[in-house]
Amino acid sequence: MDWGAIVLSAQLALATLIVLLPLALAVARWLAVTSFNGKAWIEGLLALPLVLPPTVLGYYLLVALGGNSALGQWFAALFGQTLAFSFTGLVIASVVFNIPFAVQPIQRAFEAIPQDVREAAQCCGLTFRQAFLRIELPLAWPGILSAAVMTFAHTLGEFGVVLMVGGNIPGETQTVAIAIYDRTQAFDHAGAGAMSLLLLIVSLVTIAVSYGLVERLMKRRRAA
Amino acid sequence: MTLILDLVHDAPALDFRSEIPEGQITALVGPSGSGKTSILRAVAGLLRTKQAHVALGGDIWDDASTHLPTRERPIGFVPQQYGLFPHLTASGNVGVALMHLPSAERLARAEECLALAHVAGLENRYPRELSGGQKQRVALARAIARAPKLLLLDEPFSAVDRSTRKRLYLELRRLHEQLRTTVLLVTHDLDEAAQLASHLILLHHGRLLQTGPTGEVLRRPRSVAAARLLDFPNLFDGHLDAAPPGRKALLRWGPHTLRANAGDTPSGSVRWAIQSGDVLLVAPDKPWGGHLQNPVAARVSEVLELGMDALVWLEPEGLPATRLQMRLPARTLERHRVAVGAALTVCLRPGDIMLLADSGRR
Repeated sequence: MDWGAIVLSAQLALATLIVLLPLALAVARWLAVTSFNGKAWIEGLLALPLVLPPTVLGYYLLVALGGNSALGQWFAALFGQTLAFSFTGLVIASVVFNIPFAVQPIQRAFEAIPQDVREAAQCCGLTFRQAFLRIELPLAWPGILSAAVMTFAHTLGEFGVVLMVGGNIPGETQTVAIAIYDRTQAFDHAGAGAMSLLLLIVSLVTIAVSYGLVERLMKRRRAA
Repeated sequence: MTLILDLVHDAPALDFRSEIPEGQITALVGPSGSGKTSILRAVAGLLRTKQAHVALGGDIWDDASTHLPTRERPIGFVPQQYGLFPHLTASGNVGVALMHLPSAERLARAEECLALAHVAGLENRYPRELSGGQKQRVALARAIARAPKLLLLDEPFSAVDRSTRKRLYLELRRLHEQLRTTVLLVTHDLDEAAQLASHLILLHHGRLLQTGPTGEVLRRPRSVAAARLLDFPNLFDGHLDAAPPGRKALLRWGPHTLRANAGDTPSGSVRWAIQSGDVLLVAPDKPWGGHLQNPVAARVSEVLELGMDALVWLEPEGLPATRLQMRLPARTLERHRVAVGAALTVCLRPGDIMLLADSGRR
């Protein structure tokens, strides 16, 4: 069992959540309440990681983060290391490929808030901030929880993009999914098996628990 | 503080000007799609119309350069589906409208409003645990919580059953007696408007058709469109002779000549209407005399009993294609021998004959 890879995966998943969730909340809320020409293109762009092969996404991220890109050069000048093949680069890549997993459930949750409920909040004299915190956020909570869980579990399991962008540097970019591949290549079936089982159990438990929570929350809301 | 409205919009089409009297219940009545709800939403600031002038007393809420956000308007709003916050209890729902108060006062005021709306004791229930009528009352409690200057009600009784609705009418009237807030009520139901509102605005395709005290508007449509909206079944063509000074005008209807109050209706071709309840049956045993106004001989062509009432269609003498509808208590049918084929006389009092302004022919 490669505990270093497991810890790294958990750190990556957490870092991704911390960066992505606030962004996803803002974008999803905005998409849920506005309509404009070209909205489908933006939604399509955000959903791309669902359909693109991880290698394609990984390739473009590698180009964008690599030493020849403006972003890569700026980062190298600032921190003395390249973005690609670093933990920071991995977090950026992870944020990008998790966008649909975070945005879509939150957007659906905000869309599900009836217009008359939103308007009632305004008629009650609430400011945007008050309405968001007291009305919309509690109502969208199941969707936000789903988004967080999906992002977390998906990051734990992502393989292709991580390999393309992060390579396979133990302690820096070797996540548990990569470590499993590594172990299998080295015919260490015991190690690969143990880590696979752990990943399986953790994923199942997180998703089942979140589904259960969401179900309970929704039941409390239903027929309101 | 009168509410002054001047709204122009494309989709939905609005070209609406009116003044809503202070402290009264005014009903905005029209068929679905006539723009009633849009007007209410524009008053609340939830719909921005192409052109808007909305002012309460001296306070301008909307004009070319102003748009007061909804949250700053002193309004209470009860939407059609109530818009209750599903994650908050009844008192939590009302409390949201009281965020400007310290939390201790908030609870007391919420309870006071719930009691005013007749839902005391349900403070801790969630919306999903309330019946339709209770939800409506909680929504009303929330709407009055901030002591609004204007209460906007969008078909607030459409989602409750008939008996609950009747109770809610009484409660709303009593609440209004207590609060004396200006109320703008949207409804498509004339009976509801008649029972609740002291003023009526008839709306058609986003335009004001007629406005005035409820009884006056309901009884006296001034145009064909208004007569149709008010469900006048009897709408006829006639010819109006110029009235000699101080005398009633003469309305020629086929071979019949009826006296009518012409008002300022110009002479010539005219459309006129009469309510079926105002077509009065003359008892056959009653002696003819000068007290009979505008007697018209007719033959019964159809009789339909509808519960306590009966609708009788008459073919007036000399007007074979015309059907005059008369409403009378069902129990009188037999006494007066009203049956298909029977000949009888009805009288149409001058005050009940409504001369309509526009020809309105489609």
